[in-house]
Amino acid sequence: MSDKPLFAIIVFPGSNCDQDCYHVATELVGCRAEYVWHRDTDLKDADVVILPGGFAYGDYLRAGALARFSPVMESITRFAMDGGPVLGICNGFQVLLEAGLLPGAVRVNRGLRYVCKDVHMRVENSSTVFTRLYEPGDVVRMPVGHMEGNYTAPPETLTELEYQGGIVFRYCDAEGRVTDSANPNGATAGIAGISNRGGNVVGLMPHPDRCAEGVLGNEVGRRMFESAAMALAGR
Amino acid sequence: MKVEVRVYPKEGVLDPQGRAIASALERLGHRSVSDVRAGKIFFLDLRGDDPAAVEAEARRMAEELLANTVIEGYDVLLETERER
Repeated sequence: MSDKPLFAIIVFPGSNCDQDCYHVATELVGCRAEYVWHRDTDLKDADVVILPGGFAYGDYLRAGALARFSPVMESITRFAMDGGPVLGICNGFQVLLEAGLLPGAVRVNRGLRYVCKDVHMRVENSSTVFTRLYEPGDVVRMPVGHMEGNYTAPPETLTELEYQGGIVFRYCDAEGRVTDSANPNGATAGIAGISNRGGNVVGLMPHPDRCAEGVLGNEVGRRMFESAAMALAGR
Repeated sequence: MKVEVRVYPKEGVLDPQGRAIASALERLGHRSVSDVRAGKIFFLDLRGDDPAAVEAEARRMAEELLANTVIEGYDVLLETERER
């Protein structure tokens, strides 16, 4: 069926969650998906673009710093400017930050260690293209696996994010309380995920692609993919 | 012309690495340490003889790639300055 939404999964040298995202989009959400190599500039008429997790360019220099110069990024920037839905997961989020498609930056985790565990997040904004199937205040559990997830931004950017719904997810405890001990990496204001002003570009450190089906014991992440698919179907 | 670009966390930006190094130095008995920030140095060999032009180009390199200016500052040092 060619009328099903098409997900473009961007593949950088060092991406390692591209197949997970492909699997979620096709097998679990029932959409179509195409891999797009980072040197290509053709997004194949995709309806949604996913930048998956991994270690693009080995995270040389800074995570995401070199990937943003890949030819495909110009096409993604145009796609995003036109309102196209773009989701960056983990390393994909880092690439969106370095590319300036989302504001701010990530530093090395405050514990100086790679953090690999399940975390809880509170849904702060359920009106983005990728979070419409959640309710504001929902507490969701997703896995993280990163060394640089310690989000920060200049004070004026943080204020803007805060007041314009740019903060999409915050780390919290199982009851939804945003506390320092629930924050796995030291991110400012417990920020786990943000969006641009239009709500069509979203990035987050946790991995919705790794908690999208029942056999894994958690399928809460699938709703991010379904949100985008539903938004497109409703056009 | 040899150029050094030093990139480091901006003042006021939390630097977990610098903080860990500071506390390790304290544990070693260096009680004088009040702050450490950890950065990196890029040693560049650039073609060109005009120091001003070389420096300007190195600054563009820092802005475009070597530093993430959201959280990092940078200095550009030409070899002539270092020899002084």
